[in-house]
Amino acid sequence: ARLYIVWYRIVSGLSLNISKVCHLSISGVGIVSHVHVKMADEAVCVGPAPTSKSYLNMDAIMDAIRQTGAQAVHPGYGFLSENKEFARRLAAEGVTFIGPDTHAIQAMGDKIESKLIAKAARVNTIPGFDGVVKWRRADECRCVCLLGYPVMIKASAGGGGKGMRIAWSDDETREGFRFSSQEAASSFGDDRLLIEKYIDNPRHIEIQVLADKHGNALWLNERECSIQRRNQKVVEEAPSTFLDPATRRAMGEQAVSLAKAVQYSSAGTVEFLVDSKKNFYFLEMNTRLQVEHPITECITGLDLVQQMIRIAKGYKLQHKQEDIPINGWAIESRVYAEDPYKSFGLPSIGRLSQYEEPVRLSGVRVDSGIQEGSDISIYYDPMISKLVAYGASRADALKKMEAALDNYVIRGVTHNIPLLREIIVHPRFVAGDISTNFLPEVYPDGFKGHPLSAGDRRELLAAAAALHIAAQLRSQRFLGEQRSRRHWELCLELEKSVHMLAVSHSRGTYTVEVDGEKVEVSGEWNLASALLPLSINGSHKVLQCLTRSPAGDISLQYLGTTFKVRVLSVLAASLSKHMPEKLPEDTSSILRSPMPGTVVGVAVKPGDTVAVGQEICVIEAMKMQNSMTAAKTAKVKSVHCKTGETVGEGDLLVELE
Amino acid sequence: MIGCKRSRLLHNSRWYSISHLSVQDRIEEKRRAALVGGGQKRIDAQHKRGKLTARERIDLLMDPESFVEYDMFVEHRCADFGMEADHNKYPGDSVVTGQGRINGRLAYVFSQDFTVFGGSLSGAHAQKICKIMDQAMMVGAPVIGLNDSGGARIQEGVESLAGYADIFLRNVMASGVVPQISLIMGPCAGGAVYSPALTDFTFMVKDTSYLFITGPDVVKSVTNEDVTQEELGGARTHTAVSGVAHRAFENDVDALLNLRNFFNFLPLSNKDPAPVTECHDPSDRLVPGLDTLVPFESTKAYDMLDIIHGIVDERDFFEIMPNYAKNIVVGFARMNGRTVGIVGNQPKVASGCLDINSSVKGARFVRFCDAFNIPIITFVDVPGFLPGTAQEYGGIIRHGAKLLFAFAEATVPKITVITRKAYGGAYDVMSSKHLRGDVNYAWPSAEVAVMGAKGAVQIIFRGKENQAEAEAEYVETFANPFPAAVRGFVDDIIQPSTTRKRICRDLEVLASKKQTNPWKKHANIPL
Repeated sequence: ARLYIVWYRIVSGLSLNISKVCHLSISGVGIVSHVHVKMADEAVCVGPAPTSKSYLNMDAIMDAIRQTGAQAVHPGYGFLSENKEFARRLAAEGVTFIGPDTHAIQAMGDKIESKLIAKAARVNTIPGFDGVVKWRRADECRCVCLLGYPVMIKASAGGGGKGMRIAWSDDETREGFRFSSQEAASSFGDDRLLIEKYIDNPRHIEIQVLADKHGNALWLNERECSIQRRNQKVVEEAPSTFLDPATRRAMGEQAVSLAKAVQYSSAGTVEFLVDSKKNFYFLEMNTRLQVEHPITECITGLDLVQQMIRIAKGYKLQHKQEDIPINGWAIESRVYAEDPYKSFGLPSIGRLSQYEEPVRLSGVRVDSGIQEGSDISIYYDPMISKLVAYGASRADALKKMEAALDNYVIRGVTHNIPLLREIIVHPRFVAGDISTNFLPEVYPDGFKGHPLSAGDRRELLAAAAALHIAAQLRSQRFLGEQRSRRHWELCLELEKSVHMLAVSHSRGTYTVEVDGEKVEVSGEWNLASALLPLSINGSHKVLQCLTRSPAGDISLQYLGTTFKVRVLSVLAASLSKHMPEKLPEDTSSILRSPMPGTVVGVAVKPGDTVAVGQEICVIEAMKMQNSMTAAKTAKVKSVHCKTGETVGEGDLLVELE
Repeated sequence: MIGCKRSRLLHNSRWYSISHLSVQDRIEEKRRAALVGGGQKRIDAQHKRGKLTARERIDLLMDPESFVEYDMFVEHRCADFGMEADHNKYPGDSVVTGQGRINGRLAYVFSQDFTVFGGSLSGAHAQKICKIMDQAMMVGAPVIGLNDSGGARIQEGVESLAGYADIFLRNVMASGVVPQISLIMGPCAGGAVYSPALTDFTFMVKDTSYLFITGPDVVKSVTNEDVTQEELGGARTHTAVSGVAHRAFENDVDALLNLRNFFNFLPLSNKDPAPVTECHDPSDRLVPGLDTLVPFESTKAYDMLDIIHGIVDERDFFEIMPNYAKNIVVGFARMNGRTVGIVGNQPKVASGCLDINSSVKGARFVRFCDAFNIPIITFVDVPGFLPGTAQEYGGIIRHGAKLLFAFAEATVPKITVITRKAYGGAYDVMSSKHLRGDVNYAWPSAEVAVMGAKGAVQIIFRGKENQAEAEAEYVETFANPFPAAVRGFVDDIIQPSTTRKRICRDLEVLASKKQTNPWKKHANIPL
């Protein structure tokens, strides 16, 4: 018998992952919106790109299920995966929902209710105001009296950091309420909020649980998800460097007792905040598969999707708690289409003009739902893929992750590999000294890319010089003509400093003299390849050449970060000093959209006077609302955007006088 | 032009007593004088304007130590207005000429020297240019002009005008024989503009170069228009508005380095095949991104450059006129190392329709490729010619005919890929099978028809009640590649991702293509 399974193609790879599980006996039917590529055995289009018309359009999805005769639905993550109404409608049609039953979704989906249940199940919880807060002055006072700042405001129905804000003052509370309720309304269709004591400097550690329909439940160890930006996870690992076996067991047992308290079945995740003294507090329970589930699969050897399907079919758990091992170490990096130089990641869009995953490397798994040519649009989460590295030890896994990031080719959209590459080699991260404040603490002035050491600088310059010469030599190799030199003097500019280099060449090896030291660079010099595997002074390095202009401008991705190097002959460099400086545009009076998105509100009109930091307009991108503020006190000269309009990165929004 | 004091240049020598020196010393003396052109003060002034000197430009453009200079001893022959004075004579006069190598390949170059009489054109100056042009034609090598000249040498009168005409004649004679490239690196005004206009490609340097028939002062006195030099004839004007220049670069250094790169695409003469360089990009590389590029909705735009970049070697595409008539994209690229000319309708701009400017832009490019043995690859997504009074009054019939003419007469290998729409007469024009296209492909998304469904249904099914049903019938019948494929008007329907592979293979086969047009003195293209 063929069992049809329907899932959503969410932003990343789950659908592919499920295909792998299902390929033996189960045909997959993918539900896709217009913009998505067909990846399942069969795909049904449920509507155009905006999620409210496709993946959140329950009627269309129910139609698709009927049309294909699907017998079960795997809801993926996000969208309708934790929507109790969806689960109810499926049940009414006699279609199996691969996930917990409606009761558990309802109980755990509501943050207020879940907290009460957790308390009753003797799970540690965070002190807070238990109940829905409607924005009123009285509530504000009450919260603050009760808890004291800082407080955390979050959407009752939410997850994944959406509709979540931290407030340190009355003003911030007010603003936080406004944004959070709007975001909550647009993401979840439910604008109820709750408020609780914010635990400073915590770690975010979650326990994976698996429960069947027969009252059995297991905990599959923890995942450390402390590296976050704007409350969204960036790098996750399993296990955590922080937990001792006793704490792990205590957390696992509480998680299981919570699952049992709500008669949970299927895979679920109980999230905890852990303070520096290893006290842990229940945060929420996600009644779905998490984005970061592969790292648990790596260390336990269990296939969670397969387990979910088994459980949905009514089978008993195959394993006992003592069968669950911790084998090796797994790390997941979330590769996002976003610019890490702007508040650790503002969404970017574009078409993936070139895309190669580092899947050839051993111990590396990439879950993605995109391919070369895919459009990253403003309509979905900007996630490109989940990059998982698995090794015998943490050091081994980190090494594999480094190589994976260096070998990952993404062109056409700005991505966060520079940040990921820096995080995983940062001494604090390597030592396991992390918290959810890791990014703002380590980069208080924002992420600036990889800081080049003197040695790095030499390597990079040598590589750029060698590449430049390799390209020059090639452009002299016309069919039937051969002329070549063996020695060059070049002038390289990197980060505003100028270096004179002497390069000599023999048989694919370039000897580059940089700042008095000799660097040997050799490689295959395939100028068409996106990857540039080089041996620099005998050590293997993978660089990527992003652009190479005839005028000597080279952008090289080196240690994750993209550096711009200008390579000129000594003659061209000396003549360049006569070239006029082109004045850059004065940007303080111009407000441009830092990312593509939709204008959801414009607070000013021409003639208004705005103060520094005053909100001018709000751009919604990738379901996040971003407030655009004035850079100086001035009169508004002209407004170039309207509410509801779509804007691109760099589009002029408002001009000040 | 104005004379200048030059005693300061010749440090220890006494110019007036030159006859006392030995011949050897005089040669050295003259050479030294030629190398500093108009003198250090003028060189400094040139640098201050953000411009390089004539010789610095040549040094950057040519391979190191490859430049061989001609006519370093030529001096002007003007005897009026005190020009005959020794201090008004400069060895080499106001232009540096010679030949050298660019990435090892021969090129002739002249570089006008603004430091000598403002680069003005004397009879001697013109004669020097003519000499290298004659030789370039004889040996079959391109001519590159680096223009930086205030105009005619007024002191020489008609001799200067004769000089221009001599150059114009050679520009015309060399047209289609060797590639001619002009890089405007300073002023170029009056009659002088017609030399660049006759060459194959005119490039400009932003902010420091101008091309106009008459400057802002004359414009003001004749038409009473207030206009700056930059607005009247700057790089932006000519690359975006007039279409006189083919591309602009940031500054002298940028322009010359880019010119070196551009030169690599060109054959040396019309007897030379398109150059083939070492290629690292596999010729059978699949381009999976292309399978999803063309949107389902035929009204939705996409970027033709995405197709071009995906298909050509190493995404390296040298676009010609990127800011003018953007509804058509033309430029050079390589396929498996061999230079090709690319022509593509750009659905992103004005739906990729053909109008006056895009037709002329496309036609000139196609003719260049045909003249110099460069295979033409055409990507078609064209909804037709642009309707309207502006176009009709402007002569779209005459101008559209140029593109048709150019594609039809071209005998180089012609490969055409219909990516989506090929409607109406524009289908015929865009290197169709009927115009001797050698290999014509359709992507599965191709629709070859007289017009789009809406318009067609209104004519075929006039008065029919259910227009939607009629439209669906039309779409079913015509909005696909089959009508063209069953008639053999396209040779195959190919998966977009295989396009590169197919084209590379075809070019290999077509390399030995031989086709000639009937004997004629010359054709009569509808100018």
